[in-house]
Amino acid sequence: MARLNVNPTRMELSKLKKKLVSARRGHKLLKDKRDELMRQFMILIREDRELRSEVETAIGEANRYMAVAGSVMQREVLDTALMIPKQEVELEVGEKNVMSVYIPEFKPKFRTSDSSDIYSYGTAFTSIDLDGAVSALSEVFPKMIRLAEVEKACQLMADEIEKTRRRVNALEHIMIPDYEETIKYITMKLSENERSTTTSLMKVKDMVLKQKHNYQ
Amino acid sequence: MFKTAVIGDSASVSGFAALGLSVFCETEPERIAKLISRLAVSDFAVIYITEPAAALVSDTINKYRSSRLPSIVLIPAIDGNTGDGMRAVHEAVEKAVGSDILN
Repeated sequence: MARLNVNPTRMELSKLKKKLVSARRGHKLLKDKRDELMRQFMILIREDRELRSEVETAIGEANRYMAVAGSVMQREVLDTALMIPKQEVELEVGEKNVMSVYIPEFKPKFRTSDSSDIYSYGTAFTSIDLDGAVSALSEVFPKMIRLAEVEKACQLMADEIEKTRRRVNALEHIMIPDYEETIKYITMKLSENERSTTTSLMKVKDMVLKQKHNYQ
Repeated sequence: MFKTAVIGDSASVSGFAALGLSVFCETEPERIAKLISRLAVSDFAVIYITEPAAALVSDTINKYRSSRLPSIVLIPAIDGNTGDGMRAVHEAVEKAVGSDILN
């Protein structure tokens, strides 16, 4: 470990001791933060994984319906059927603070009072598979919103955990050992100075006694 | 109030129009990248993008990973699931924990 480049004085010593105390406290706090973030992250990431596989299966299902609908209907008819939607979704965005990571919360608001009011076309000219596709998508939509929330939370928390972990490691393996070593160095240097003063005083005293009284 | 967008090829995303999401049919990398940047600064909170479209503009998507909004979510396209979405989940675990412990 590298010793810090400071003058070995009492002033520096007391400054460093204060720094060491706050570094130790910061290290403990950050370690707690990291552990708690990690716990929350693991809960969220499990939910994320489950939600994602559910959403992917459901969208796959809807896509299958859509592919069939696309094959039995003309492209233009299909596009026209979906051209003017009846429903409209707006999101209310909230915010949640998890260990000083601000994660967004989404709350969907539908334009019409019935959120399943989604069929924007008459049933005369469209295939039943299109109904299947649209209803499958509408069923999975609440989960998709939750997925967006959870996925963003996971990304933000992963970033924060990485940062916190680096800080904890820097404090634990670099800053604290450096402070300790510098404090030790200054203490040694100061006591060495003290000893050297004592010995030179003794020496001077001996010389003076010898000169004055011829004392051996 | 914030809105929700869906980006991808028209066959994969047109169904979402019925739900009232804003649908953008794009397949050109530059246009998708521009679109995402434009949506991010206007009031879109969630952007769903199909996996093949996302693969074309991974740089742009990574740019928004660490910002609070928008939340960009990968969804499977009509021609099947490439597994990119799940891979991103595993990457997040690897970043946070140091190794992929989900299995």
